[in-house]
Amino acid sequence: MSEVVVIDSGGANLASLKFALGRIGARARFTTDAQDIRNAERVLLPGVGAAGATMQRLQNLGLVPVIKSLNCPLLGICLGMQILFEHSEEGDTPCLGILPGKIKRLHPTIGLPVPHMGWNTLEQSGADPLLEGFPSSAYFYFVHSYAAEKNANTIAISKYGGPLTAVVRRANFYGVQFHPERSSAAGSKVLDNFLKLK
Amino acid sequence: MLAKRIIPCLDVREGQVVKGVRFRNHQIVGGILELSARYRDQGADELVFYDITASPQGRSVDYSWINRVASILDIPFCVAGGIRSVADAELVLNAGAEKISVNTPALTDPDLIDRLAARFGSQCVVVGIDSETTESGYRVFCNTGDPDRSSNTGRETLAWVKEAQERGAGEIVLNCMASDGVRKGYDIVQLRAVRALCHVPLVASGGAGCAQDFREVFAEAGVDAALAASVFHNGTVIIQDLKKYLKNTDIEVRP
Repeated sequence: MSEVVVIDSGGANLASLKFALGRIGARARFTTDAQDIRNAERVLLPGVGAAGATMQRLQNLGLVPVIKSLNCPLLGICLGMQILFEHSEEGDTPCLGILPGKIKRLHPTIGLPVPHMGWNTLEQSGADPLLEGFPSSAYFYFVHSYAAEKNANTIAISKYGGPLTAVVRRANFYGVQFHPERSSAAGSKVLDNFLKLK
Repeated sequence: MLAKRIIPCLDVREGQVVKGVRFRNHQIVGGILELSARYRDQGADELVFYDITASPQGRSVDYSWINRVASILDIPFCVAGGIRSVADAELVLNAGAEKISVNTPALTDPDLIDRLAARFGSQCVVVGIDSETTESGYRVFCNTGDPDRSSNTGRETLAWVKEAQERGAGEIVLNCMASDGVRKGYDIVQLRAVRALCHVPLVASGGAGCAQDFREVFAEAGVDAALAASVFHNGTVIIQDLKKYLKNTDIEVRP
């Protein structure tokens, strides 16, 4: 059974990620230990809650430079993807700055409530090993009130009013705005693809 | 595009899934895990588990089953019933639920919504509202899990919907009590009134009797999701068939 290091970013609901990894034969090892993270073959960065509290936690644990200097594949999930960027409007929070760009609040309009909550499809801008093995019509589960606009590192968008960044990649740093752990078979496939990245 | 969600609701009482008519005369429908797996495989977009005994009897939910449900579900689920503190909510979310839903405790302690949203984020916080049409308009009822204690709070439904959002609710489930369990269709008029001032996702509840009722509530009331129990439990509506029908009538759904 392969093991995957998951940074315990302080969100309450890490159980769903643990179970989702278990269903594809991987064991989640939750950690806040810098050495553990540096030695990992791959790292998951989940995030649920507020950007400010999560960044504060990573700073207090001394993990900000550790995450930024990783050379192995890293996958940020939901808020874990958002904090890869430079800044979030949520609590006016400086973030990790691994990816250029800012996270902005979604504003509700008629027919488009916020949070963007539910199942949405992806539009990929190119092939990527993270996004193989499921039909292009596959739906993924989203729940978020802040988002990254489409940018140079966006590899898939979802449409909610305008386009928003659904999947991002820069070198070994990946991020998904949706929750692969709660996105049925397609979500499992994304996690499985991540576990196979070299 | 974002798909409309179909949400089976599993009323849980003492480890079993039950269903009554207008909140009364509950009968056992099946085991929690068995039904969770069935609806997952049929294509449910999300599940809601509602501990109907929790709120009225002044006790909290038994959380052990939530962990077992989380281990088999690869779709999101929400737990309602008996959550009256941040600590209760934390246990439920730690056990693997995506969302928690508060109803009666939010009516007696509205600041609970603020505290939950501050701690976990609005996306986790669902406010359930049991609403009935009275002589003076739409009113919110509390303790509806127990017919002997169910009562009119005097609160106007529309005002409560606004307040709940301002306090940080990330989703509203509006259960129209007169329609619940009687399968005559959703209360389109009331749902439209709520939709007009609801800027967070709105889930319709109460009244689904056939596939056409789902189409109507999506097309006419503009809700984001439709919740139902009895039509799924008794097999009147099979989720795969419902989704095919909706897709064929131009309602976007996840296959």
